[in-house]
Amino acid sequence: MRKNMSESKATRRNGRRGPLASVALILIGLVATGGAYAALSTASASASVDLSSPAVIDEGQKLFAANCSTCHGQQAQGTANGPSLIGVGSAAVDFQVGTGRMPMQMSGPQAEQKPVQFTDEQTKALAAYVASLAPGPAIPAQSELEGGNVSNGGELFRINCAMCHNVAGAGGALTEGKYAPELKGVAAVHVYEAMLTGPQNMPVFNDLNLSPEEKKDIISYLTYIQENPSAGGLELSNLGPVSEGLFLWVFGLGAIVALTVWVTAKSN
Amino acid sequence: MSNVTAPAQSGVVGKFSNYLDERTSISGAVKEFGRKVFPDHWSFLLGEVALYSFVIILLTGSFLTFFFQASMTPVHYEGSYVPLKGIEMSAAMASTLDISFDIRGGLLMRQIHHWAALLFVASIGLHMLRVFFTGAFRKPRELNWSIGFVLFVLAMAEGFTGYSLPDDLLSGNGLRIIDGMVLGLPVVGTWITFLLFGGEFPGSDIVGRLYSLHILLLPAFVLIFIVLHLMFVIIHKHTQYPGPGKTEENVVGFPILPVYAAKAGGFFFLVFGVVALIGATVTINPIWNYGPYDPSPVSAGTQPDWYIGFADGALRLVPPHLETYWFGYTWSWNIIIPVLLLVVFLAAAFAYPFVEAWVTGDKREHHLLDRPRNAPVRTAIGAAGVTFYAVLWAAASSDIIATHFKVTMEGVINTLQIMLIVAPIIAFMTAKRIALALQKKDREILLHGFETGRVVRLPGGEYTEVHQQLDAYDRWQLVSYNDNAPIMLRPNPQGKITAGMRMRASMSRFFFEDRIAPVSQEEYKQALEHAHH
Amino acid sequence: MAKNESGKADIVPANSAEATGTGVVAPDAFANPGLPPHRPRVTDLDPKAAKRAERVVYVLFYLSIAASVFAVYAYMFFPIEPENVHSVRMNTLYLGLGIAFSLLAIGIAAVHWGKAVMSDKEAIDHRHPVRGTEETRARAVEIFRESDEESGFSRRTLIRNGLIGALIAFPLPAIALFRGLAPMDVDPNNELKHTFWKKGMRLTRDPQGTPIKASELTIGSAFQVIPEGLVDLPEHEMLDAKAKAAVLLVRLKKEDLNWTSEERESWSYEGIVAYSKICTHVGCPVALYEQQTHHLLCPCHQSQFDIANECAVIFGPAARPLPQLPITVDAEGYLVATSDFTEPVGPSFWERAN
Repeated sequence: MRKNMSESKATRRNGRRGPLASVALILIGLVATGGAYAALSTASASASVDLSSPAVIDEGQKLFAANCSTCHGQQAQGTANGPSLIGVGSAAVDFQVGTGRMPMQMSGPQAEQKPVQFTDEQTKALAAYVASLAPGPAIPAQSELEGGNVSNGGELFRINCAMCHNVAGAGGALTEGKYAPELKGVAAVHVYEAMLTGPQNMPVFNDLNLSPEEKKDIISYLTYIQENPSAGGLELSNLGPVSEGLFLWVFGLGAIVALTVWVTAKSN
Repeated sequence: MSNVTAPAQSGVVGKFSNYLDERTSISGAVKEFGRKVFPDHWSFLLGEVALYSFVIILLTGSFLTFFFQASMTPVHYEGSYVPLKGIEMSAAMASTLDISFDIRGGLLMRQIHHWAALLFVASIGLHMLRVFFTGAFRKPRELNWSIGFVLFVLAMAEGFTGYSLPDDLLSGNGLRIIDGMVLGLPVVGTWITFLLFGGEFPGSDIVGRLYSLHILLLPAFVLIFIVLHLMFVIIHKHTQYPGPGKTEENVVGFPILPVYAAKAGGFFFLVFGVVALIGATVTINPIWNYGPYDPSPVSAGTQPDWYIGFADGALRLVPPHLETYWFGYTWSWNIIIPVLLLVVFLAAAFAYPFVEAWVTGDKREHHLLDRPRNAPVRTAIGAAGVTFYAVLWAAASSDIIATHFKVTMEGVINTLQIMLIVAPIIAFMTAKRIALALQKKDREILLHGFETGRVVRLPGGEYTEVHQQLDAYDRWQLVSYNDNAPIMLRPNPQGKITAGMRMRASMSRFFFEDRIAPVSQEEYKQALEHAHH
Repeated sequence: MAKNESGKADIVPANSAEATGTGVVAPDAFANPGLPPHRPRVTDLDPKAAKRAERVVYVLFYLSIAASVFAVYAYMFFPIEPENVHSVRMNTLYLGLGIAFSLLAIGIAAVHWGKAVMSDKEAIDHRHPVRGTEETRARAVEIFRESDEESGFSRRTLIRNGLIGALIAFPLPAIALFRGLAPMDVDPNNELKHTFWKKGMRLTRDPQGTPIKASELTIGSAFQVIPEGLVDLPEHEMLDAKAKAAVLLVRLKKEDLNWTSEERESWSYEGIVAYSKICTHVGCPVALYEQQTHHLLCPCHQSQFDIANECAVIFGPAARPLPQLPITVDAEGYLVATSDFTEPVGPSFWERAN
């Protein structure tokens, strides 16, 4: 997902040139993004950690004891303040810690997304430790996150996700102050892990409900709509008719009432 | 008049005018209307905004009809928008996507059309508020208020039918809600939906039927009512705000030719330009996000366009479990109550001019407007109505309020339930108090002049601030208003007091009990004398 | 100006209580001082300013022409490329900006012309009372009287009543015609009370239509479900059927489910329950499932249902619980319905109870 920026910038620029220039620009853009992407993916590959290595698990256990055990228990068996983590798998840890939801700052309707507290290596070490306790859903590989069928993903997204997260991934309200978060800017791997593990009140979409292929389609769809901003211009946060109505009343009518005043004011 | 001759018709323009007049008598129309005077005030242009939006809607809408297919025949989308490729959808949805992604300028026209539609209803709303708060609906214009009200309802109907045409997920769920609402109506509900949808929901007819309404029947009615509305504006001549030189017998302003034509004509282009600018830069109704209608999915934040919001809000505010089985039938109070609430609210808005005319018993023609402060109870009733509408409106976005202000949606809804009853009462009392206070202030300024900030020392050593009296024009602005006093309950010629009379007397008391009369010359003289001592 | 020579028109009738109603006309009210003196504009006094205003007006008109030309240019040079959303955005933006600026320039120019260049001397029109003159009104009454006499409208009562009756009767066939809006041989009540579900029908994934094994549901899972065979229906029958048959399938811990009767409990399988997704309020799909609280939320009007308690309404405008689809597993371990819903799904309707 990190490649979006450079690519969308490159394509956004093509508008102001002649057709040939845009073609050239697109080519340059594609080459550049391709290069950037290659660089990025090798970077993330080098950062990847072997989750089965005892050293990493050991490191994870130390981190766990220091940061998580107050609520989740010394052996991750759970306490009155936090659920058991046995069998939740590395995917759950990577999602919760990797998006800053854990460690939790305070209890509330739901764990909020916050600045991430751990480095990527530390997060992976924690994941490795929890995964070592009992088998559970694992962190997906990069290859499971891209190249899916966008239109199939769109359809699955509308049926399984849009009722909470909104058709454009803008998020939405749940009961008693909870909410389904906005999906824009969420890393593909975290979207995948969320489907797999069902964090907090989100239902679980295991591989027998949505196959890995279908999850990939959904993620590809989300990537597509983020890389291709609305053809119509400003998106008004994709909140639908409410934000459209508000815009019309404030800016549309505001401008027009200002004009009526100008039209009828006496010229000086 | 017989010895007046028109100048010789020379030149192309002259010859053409002669040709035209000899076949149309158009010179008569030019003589009659060419120098007709229109008063100039910004709030008088709000109705024009509505008219111009309608013209924009007609222009862009005609363009859209060339490409739109009002059919629910299933097709596989094969257009340019990648995330919907190969998806099965209705021809209506597919053709709307083609307008958006495959026809140059198509998306622009769609967006201008939709933004202009939102503006159309909004400007009608503002125009109605202006007419209400200035008392422009009084005799002889009561019927024109009714015509305008019908236009408001027609505009909402136009909007809703248009919103439903693309057959996308959002509009499909909107139709589903209409279906559910109508189903809940006693006796006729089931059959009305059955006929409307041509069988079961969603069926394959509704888009075509709404299309006929949207582009044929409703616009025809809108046009007819606009013509009637404007005809009455010409017959009555425009109202004007009170002021020096303005009377019930005259209209002060600018003649249609040339000044008003330039301003109003130019204003059309300004409104069109603003809408075009918004249409070019801001997305509206991105149906490609919503996808085709399917009864199973739904999007968080499913809302109608703003003008149907108050109805959606009314549905949301009903408390749980309101349904009874009586006489073997189902009474869906959770539908009946909000529907009644809306009908009564709209009926009250429709009937207000007639009620006020009955209460005041005033048979005079009123061409000078009231300043809102000079009709405190009317202003307060208006404020209460606006507040009531606003609460329903807010309720329609309860979920978005909850997520954006980090509160619970239950809290938002419960608060709005209370506010729906309490807030209009508070608004009534506050608005009335403010209006009366402003009237008092006007009176104060009139009698004692305004403070100049200049402090002088009198020969006796006393310090005093100099108050400056208003000039005759400013004074007139503050004294020239319509004053009403509550009526006394007196027996009619037959010596009886009927229930209707009692009702009228108590209504009259409600309206005019708290009353601040305009300053009379005598009072003013006394105040001046007092100031000089 | 068109001054009315006949003098004061009778717009405000005499100050009798009858005409004014509650209106109070004070005997010593102030007199209208008349129009304030005219204040000239800069363009009236300063020929240079007038020249400048003129220049602004025509320059704007020429700018508008340029913007229109630009819009045509944008139409040609920002074409829509297939599968390129960005090209649509550029086309919309530049074409729209061209059109908007050409319109705004005309508007500003015309208004400025009217305000700063044209005369701003106020004009005065005289009003006439809206009611016709006594003479006109008398003539109108006379015309009606004469035509009544000539036609015998009030005298020949048989003709008159016949006309009124005929005018009332003639639109009736048109009303009858509207019956044809919906199929003749279908009773909506019957349709509303049954869905596509039948005994033994498998629960399948929406939209794929693949069957679901009980073992595939882990605790906290939520499946969007349609009946087996639904996807094979022609599109429209499919949507009509889906509008009633859509189901949400979830698995809870068995002990989290509370039942009012053994029978209701038998409609579930090992903590797996299936409920209609169609809201009992006005029919939106209720599919916002919170796996920890077991609440279902409708995004349209915020009705909330508690899956742990047979989908009882716990908040919002809905009146009734969501209907439950009785399910079990077949020999191969696939989830199947044991019958159709036992009550009508979706919004209430008048004849629902009987």
